[in-house]
Amino acid sequence: MTVIESPRTPARPAPKRGVNLEKWGWIYMRASGVVLVVLVFGHLFVNLMVGEGVKAIDFGFVGGKWADPFWQWWDVLMLWLALIHGANGMRTIVSDYTNPGTVQRILKGALLLSTIVLLVLGTLVVFTFDPCPAGSPAELLPSFCPAA
Amino acid sequence: MSATTTRTPIAPEKPATHKPGGTLYRGREGMWSWVLHRITGVAIFFFLLVHILDTALVRVSPEAYNAVIGTYQTPIMGLGEVALVGAIVFHAFNGLRVILVDFWSWATRNQKVLFYIVIALWVVTMLGFVPRHLMNVFSH
Ligand code: HEM
Ligand code: HEM
Repeated sequence: MTVIESPRTPARPAPKRGVNLEKWGWIYMRASGVVLVVLVFGHLFVNLMVGEGVKAIDFGFVGGKWADPFWQWWDVLMLWLALIHGANGMRTIVSDYTNPGTVQRILKGALLLSTIVLLVLGTLVVFTFDPCPAGSPAELLPSFCPAA
Repeated sequence: MSATTTRTPIAPEKPATHKPGGTLYRGREGMWSWVLHRITGVAIFFFLLVHILDTALVRVSPEAYNAVIGTYQTPIMGLGEVALVGAIVFHAFNGLRVILVDFWSWATRNQKVLFYIVIALWVVTMLGFVPRHLMNVFSH
């Protein structure tokens, strides 16, 4: 029989006072996961299964969806929940496979930085989106644009 | 590695003679569900990074967005989307399994059964998705 050695990293007791961030991270993974099942499955169903599926996606399709605040908020909520869930999961994996030190700090810093940049970018994209940009070919625009 | 950077003891030269506590995975349902959960999570994460950037092209121009999203409609990418959806469906169902195992003692005792239920639900979901998606991708 193969003998597996006990893990080398001893368990660190949770701090006795103040907020236990690791515990809240653990809770966040579960709470966001439950909501993400609905958001992501809904996203995939509307974009891949309804009508022509992926073949129907173009600029006009996005314009049509984001004309409705319902889908704007759906996408923004999905963006924040999924990206923070994914980045926090990646942080767990980095902690598992690297020792504390420079490499670990760089990897975690890169995760944090890319997450913040993409959260800002993705949120701005949804709320500053212009479905009818001036000077674009009419046939590429959603049907409700004056130029189309 | 120098002794000052590790706070953990170095593995002993000789293999441990005592058996590990009952907390380590040893190549059964529990381990494979964890391995798959981890791999699919990483894959979806990297897809999401790219996906936020490709969606951001709607702020550049309709032409730029259509050019990139057009690549999602090619046969090769169509198969890639099958893999992506397969990964997220597994991660989602197995994630729910992990949550049940954490909070409900019946599920903790029956985590193996739940793993096979996850597989069954995955097969059913993919049977609903894949034919329809491939019809969309391979017709014009
Ligand atoms: C092949 C599968 C997918 C396709 C074809 C697709 C397509 C799209 C499209 C067309 C949009 C623009 C807005 C909209 O339609 O709601 C969008 C946005 C978005 N998708 Fe997907 N998607 C896919 C998979 C996913 C997955 C698996 C996730 C989650 C991990 C996801 C997360 C998002 C997010 C967060 C946005 C909003 C981006 C932003 O705020 O700028 N998508 N997707
Ligand atoms: C669809 C709904 C989802 C559910 C129900 C879900 C559920 C979970 C749960 C419960 C965990 C914690 C596992 C543990 O503590 O052992 C987890 C980990 C993780 N999730 Fe998700 N998740 C979902 C979507 C996503 C998405 C969209 C991403 C990527 C952006 C993602 C990436 C990850 C990663 C990287 C981990 C860490 C894996 C590990 O530590 O081995 N998940 N997920």
